Parts: sequence; structure tokens; C-alpha cells
Amino acid sequence: MRSPGGKSVIENPKLSINQLNFYYGRFQALRDINMNIAERQVTAFIGPSGCGKSTLLRTLNRIYGLYPDQRATGAIMLDGRNILDRDQDLNYLRAKIGMVFQKPTPFPMSVFENIAFGVRLYERLSRMKMQERVEWALRKAALWEEVKDKLHQGGTRLSGGQQQRLCIARAIAVKPEILLLDEPASALDPLSTLKIEELIAELKTDYTIVIVTHNMQQAARVSDYTAFMYLGSLVEYADTSTLFTNPARKQTEDYITGRYG
Amino acid sequence: MAFSARYLRRRLLNGFNLGVSVLATLFGLFWLGWLMWTLVSRGLQWIGPSLFTQSTPPPAAAGGGIANAIVGSLLITLVGVVVGTPIGILAATWLAEFGRHSRIAAVIRFVNDILLSAPSIVIGVFVYAVVVARFGHFSGWSGGLALSIIMLPVVLRTTEDMLILVPDQLREAAAALGAPQWRGVVTVVYRASLGGILTGVMLGIARISGETAPLLFTALNNQFWSSDMSRPMANLPVMIFQFAMSPYDNWQHLAWAAALLITLAILALSLIARILIRANAFVK
Amino acid sequence: MNSTPRTQAIRVVPVPHRRHGRSALADSFFRGITRLAALLVLALMVGILLVLLVQAWPAFHRFGWHFFSGTQWDPVTDQFSALASIFGTLVTSLIAMIIAVPVSFGIALFITELAPAWLRRPVSTAIELLAAIPSIIYGMWGLFVFAPIFSEYAQPWITDHIGNWPLVGVLFQGPPMGIGIFTAGLILAIMVIPFISAVMRDVFDLVPTVLKESAYGVGCTTWEVVWNVVLPYTRVGVVGGIMLGLGRALGETMAVTFIIGNSHDISRSLFMAGNTISSTLANEFTEAVGPIYTSSLIALGLILFFITFVVLGLAKLLLLRMGTREGRKS
Repeated sequence: MRSPGGKSVIENPKLSINQLNFYYGRFQALRDINMNIAERQVTAFIGPSGCGKSTLLRTLNRIYGLYPDQRATGAIMLDGRNILDRDQDLNYLRAKIGMVFQKPTPFPMSVFENIAFGVRLYERLSRMKMQERVEWALRKAALWEEVKDKLHQGGTRLSGGQQQRLCIARAIAVKPEILLLDEPASALDPLSTLKIEELIAELKTDYTIVIVTHNMQQAARVSDYTAFMYLGSLVEYADTSTLFTNPARKQTEDYITGRYG
Repeated sequence: MAFSARYLRRRLLNGFNLGVSVLATLFGLFWLGWLMWTLVSRGLQWIGPSLFTQSTPPPAAAGGGIANAIVGSLLITLVGVVVGTPIGILAATWLAEFGRHSRIAAVIRFVNDILLSAPSIVIGVFVYAVVVARFGHFSGWSGGLALSIIMLPVVLRTTEDMLILVPDQLREAAAALGAPQWRGVVTVVYRASLGGILTGVMLGIARISGETAPLLFTALNNQFWSSDMSRPMANLPVMIFQFAMSPYDNWQHLAWAAALLITLAILALSLIARILIRANAFVK
Repeated sequence: MNSTPRTQAIRVVPVPHRRHGRSALADSFFRGITRLAALLVLALMVGILLVLLVQAWPAFHRFGWHFFSGTQWDPVTDQFSALASIFGTLVTSLIAMIIAVPVSFGIALFITELAPAWLRRPVSTAIELLAAIPSIIYGMWGLFVFAPIFSEYAQPWITDHIGNWPLVGVLFQGPPMGIGIFTAGLILAIMVIPFISAVMRDVFDLVPTVLKESAYGVGCTTWEVVWNVVLPYTRVGVVGGIMLGLGRALGETMAVTFIIGNSHDISRSLFMAGNTISSTLANEFTEAVGPIYTSSLIALGLILFFITFVVLGLAKLLLLRMGTREGRKS
């Protein structure tokens, strides 16, 4: 049922990671990762800081490709293609796999423009359609009621929690299939965190979600599957309740019971 | 409390040296005050409407203005800005976005910082040798070109400093939406540092609009009204130089008036640029 | 595993396997054009050096090493050598440094350690404005305002009191003309103070607060903290700032042209007229007749460029080691 490789857990995966290794220059940050990621479920990566959980997330949309000294070997299969292939179109890939970062990253433009920016990259919509799309995305991100009167104010003037939901709305507006969330609530207050977690639960009906978190309770609350990583390796991967109640490996147990990390 | 002699001596040394430091500051400010006072007391009285409507007069004649020099200066500076700014911004973009840690980028930064402080008269000699000598006559164009070479490193330096302040996360966020890199840079990074880039351009304009040395061998000067950029062209700095060094009273008066105008304009530009740079969101 | 039909229509975009032609092309175009602009900076530097070298070659070829050691500058007989101009350039800059370095240090000390918070910014801005005033304004002011006052009040006194000292006395002899090497150096000092003090101020701010606090903690006075902690910690940056100021002083043209007196003689007194490389260029370049005259002037320009290149390069390396870049100003 569960295994360190995590292969057997999930059938018909959305993403399938095979023998993934990752390097920052000469430093190897990920070692031989194998795992499948379930479609329209929430998968959480947990582990102590520096374990490689964020690095793993950043390989899934190849955002690491912005930095010339970072590289990955192995395969990540999406719809039957290896996205690590040299001739993969990165812009299209990233349009299909949305990402939200640890700190809110509103662009220096209005709320409306923040969302329209991504949409315009790949679609030509009429004014009406664009307004509909912006409203749809903001509603999805549970932000519409709060910002509908200030669509044309600067996105950086919203509160931190609102900014983060704006970034989620911006990612959704492009209509990706997969959402990558890199510690999306770590910079937020408890109330905003709760809102983001509720949002994740709603979004998983439509999207495959992968979330990195340093907060085990959060992983337990929001995810269906959890992967525990340590020192660049995948230690254990199972459905969330099993991993937290009945871990197979001692390392995992030590971590979730707070003995290190 | 009883102080030992040694402690008293230390206190005295401290007080004396800090006093000298205050004096040094006053010494610096004193020259600024004296210079400005000189300009106002000698220049203000000659500023009137005709200054802006009439061309430079012949020696020892009544009336006259500096309209031709003002227009010439504006045109030459405009050429310098229009040529120097885009190249400076693009080069800064490469240094900040593409080549940031490469060895060649380090070399370019090094060379740029040297050009930034290089003697401007040498730039004038260079443009003379390459353009003026080849075409056989002085021209407004060559003056503009010399100014653009002085403008370029200023804009490059400020722009790069500003681009580097834009957090990488913003670039990642644009890329994560599927934006091609050029689009992320143009619509997100440039917009985030717009205030800073504008500041660089303003500092550049402030720098080149008072430059005299590079214009001596390029634009030269022109006694008369001319908007033909391929001919020698009147401009404020060289006009001030020639008029101030002349024995004619009316020329000297015009030189002081022009000196006051150009200094006020440059100080205003520098001050606005400084205020803008502090308003930039990413400068701590 | 999840077999419920989708409730929300999600557009399924097949991920194209090829690079998307247009955006990749636009990206490499953008990258290429920015790279070209960056390389232009290098090309400019190389171009300036090459053009000056080629144009200066006839003079170097004709006069050889004598160009650097001779004192003759005679357009009538076509005999040219650079020593007087190089001498003037170095001496005026040296005077400027002797005055500007301690003053800049005092200003930086005042701004970083003494001034109340509300006064810091206005004072540093005012000092920086000294750098914004065009060089030609300094020249006019120096020639028409400062020199007459200097020659009437200060110079006779200095000549009377210091002129008969052994060794240094000879530097301050001669008729009080107001203009000359000393005045040029003094005005250069005022012009480079903002550059040096800005760098000093910036590097002083880099000293970790704990370091200063622990010195105050053992009972140091402000001066002792600055002299024993701040200055040693920032030594490299301070020297870098001085070199930057020196580089500026060496190449300064218009102010010097107004007030140095423009004479090709090397005299022992600092109160006598002299010349610098840049003032010689400014005065004679457009009037030069004959290829050797022009070539000799360009050779002067090349020498100046070379000296400032070395000085500014050194400044930059020192400031890089200090982990800062020269003060943000133009």
C-alpha cells in the first residue's frame, strides 16, 4: 500500500516523477525521487527546512530554469510527456501549471491588471469576457466581495492575506490544471491562513494541488496525500491519515512527533 | 566626580576633533552658499524677457539674449538623452536579468564605472576624432553624440541598481504564469522600478546639461540662430565659457544670467531625482 | 481514482512539446539586443583607447620618450612634450587631495556620528549638490570672485608669513595674482569633496552597530570609536573613495581652464600660473594647426585617460572589496 517510492499508491497519476535528481551547481539537493501525484487531490510535501521540499516543487513547473546553475535529471511525466525534455516549451508548461509563492507577489499594477496580465498572455478576450474572467477568478479565490470596489487600485495596497488570495486568483485565471503552492500561508496571520486552507479544499474539485508546508497540522488538515522528505530524499509517501497516524518509517515518526526538525 | 588628567585629555581631544568635524561641514556648505550667492547677485539682474526671445548679440551692443543657446542646448541634450537612455536601459537589463553573475557582466560593470567618472574632455576628443574630423566640420549632432556617451553610464548604473532591487520572486511570479522572459521584464520588472529608472535619466540629464568640455570640440558654438543639427550650434555651456572670458560687458552679463539659469535648472533636476529615488518602493 | 465528472469546465490545453516559436524568438531577440547594448559599453571603452592611440601615434613616434620628459611646448617650431601638463595635473590634484580628504572625513564624521537625525539628510543633500553644479560655474566664480579676493587678502599674508620658511617657503612666493596652481587645486578640492565624503559616509554606515557599541561600552569617546573602530574597519573603502575623488580631480577641465593661468612653464611656486592636460586640451585643441600639434594634444588626452583609468580602476577594486559600490550620484 505505502512505500518509500510511493509509486504504487496512486493509479492514473497527473504527474509521475521518476528518478529525479536536482543540483544547485555541484550541490545535489534532490536524490532519486520517485513518486506519483494524484489528479484533483491535494498532495503535501513536508519535512525540516533544507530537506528539498521546495526544490521538488520548483522542478514541477521548471521555474528553476530561470537560474542557469540549477539543473534536474530524470523524468517528470505530464500527459505522457517528460516535461524535463530540453525542447519543452517552458512558457506553455507554466501556463498549465500555476504557482503561488511563500510571500505574496502582486505585480505593481491594479488588482484587475494583475489578473488580466496572465490571461492576456495566451488568450485574446473582449473587454466583457475579460471582466467576466477576472470576476470568476476573484470569486474562486474568495476575494471578490472584498475587492470588487477597488479593482482599479494598486494590488500592492491590499492586506497581506488579500494579496496572497489575489496571487491565487491570478494563477487560477489562466486556467491551469495543476496548482503549486509554496508555503502559501507562512507569511500570513491565522485568520488569513484559515481562509487559504478553506480555499484549497474548494479548489481541489477542479485542480490537482501540490502544497509545500512546514506546518504539519496544516498538511494534516488540507491534504489527501503527504510526502515526508529528509536531506533531499523522499522518506515516506502515503495517504495523509496513514502517514500521520501510522508512519512506516522511524524517521517519519520522529519528525511528526516533534523529535527533530 | 574627580577626573584624572588622562581622562580630561581624552575628553578634550574628543571635543576638539568633533568641533573640527563640524567646521569641516560648515566649510563645505560655505562654498555652496558663496557660489549660489555669487550667481544670484551677478546673474539675477540681467534676467528679463529679452533673454529668452533674442539671440546672442555682437560684442558691446545693447540688448540681446540667449534664446539661440537655450534652444541649441535643449536640442543637443535631447539627442544625448534619446541616444544614451535606451542603450543604457537595455545594457542594464542584460546585466541585471541575463548576465548577472557572469564574468563578462563584472567586466562591463567595471568598465562602466570607469566611463562614469572618465574625464569628459577625452570623450570630446574621441568624438572629434571619429565624427568631426571625418566630416570636416563641427555639428550639433556630434555634440549630442558626445553627451550621449556621458549619459549612457549614468543611466546604466542607476537602472541596474534599481532592477536588482526588484525581488526575484516577482520575476518568478511572472514566469510561473507562463510569461516569456522579455514580457516579464518589460511589464513587471520595468514597471516595478519605473521611478528609479526615471531618476537615473534625470540624473543623467542633470549631468550632461552642464557639460562644457565635450562640446568645445564637437558642437562648438554659433553666434546666430540655428536649428540645423549638422552645423555648429549655439549652446549654453560653451556660450558661457566664451562670453565670460570675453572683455565685453554685455557678453559677461549674459554669461552670468545664463550661468544662474543653468545652475538652477540642474539643481532642481538633481533635487527632484533625489526625492524620486527615496519614493521608490524597493529602496529601504 | 477520481472518476466523478468535472463540475467546472476546464480548458485542456495540450502542452506543446516544441518550443513555442514566436515567444522563444521574441525572447532571444530581447536577450540579444540587451546583450548588444551591454557589449557596446565595452566596445566604447576599447574604441576610445584605440582611436586615441592611433591618433596619438605620430606624436609618440616623432618625439619618443622625450615626449614624457621634455618641457618644451612650442607650436611655432612644432616641438611638443607633455611634462609641464602632466606636472600641473598631478600637482593640482595633489593639492586638492590634501585639502579635500580631511574635510571630507570631517563631513562624513559629522553626518554619520554627530548630526541629529533631522539634520543628516539636508546636510548630505547640500554637500552632494556641490557635485551637481557645473564645472564651468566653478571656473567663472573662481576667476571673477574668488581669485581677486584671494590675491588681495590671503596671498600677500601667506607670502609674507610662509614665503620665507625653509623648504616650503618657495612654494608660496611670487606676485599675488589670485589665479595659478594653488587656486586651481583649492577649487578642485571643493569639487571633489562631495564625491569623497559620500563614499566615506556610505562605508561608515556599513560598520556593524555592535562593533561601535562594544567600543562605547568600554568607555571610548566618539572620536576614539571613530579613530580606533570605524576607520580601521572601513580603511579599504575610505581609500577607494579617495581614489575616486582623485580620478575626478585629474580629469576636471573647465574650472581649471579658467583659473590656472595657462602657462607651459613649470615653476616652483604654487602661486604661479601653470597648466594641466585637460586645460591644455580645452584651450588649444580647436586652434591646433598641423598634424603633429593635433596629434600631440590627442597624446595628452590618451595619457590623461590612461592615468584616470588606473586611478579609477583601483578605486573600483577597493570599493568592491569593501562590498559597496561608489556613492549613487553623478
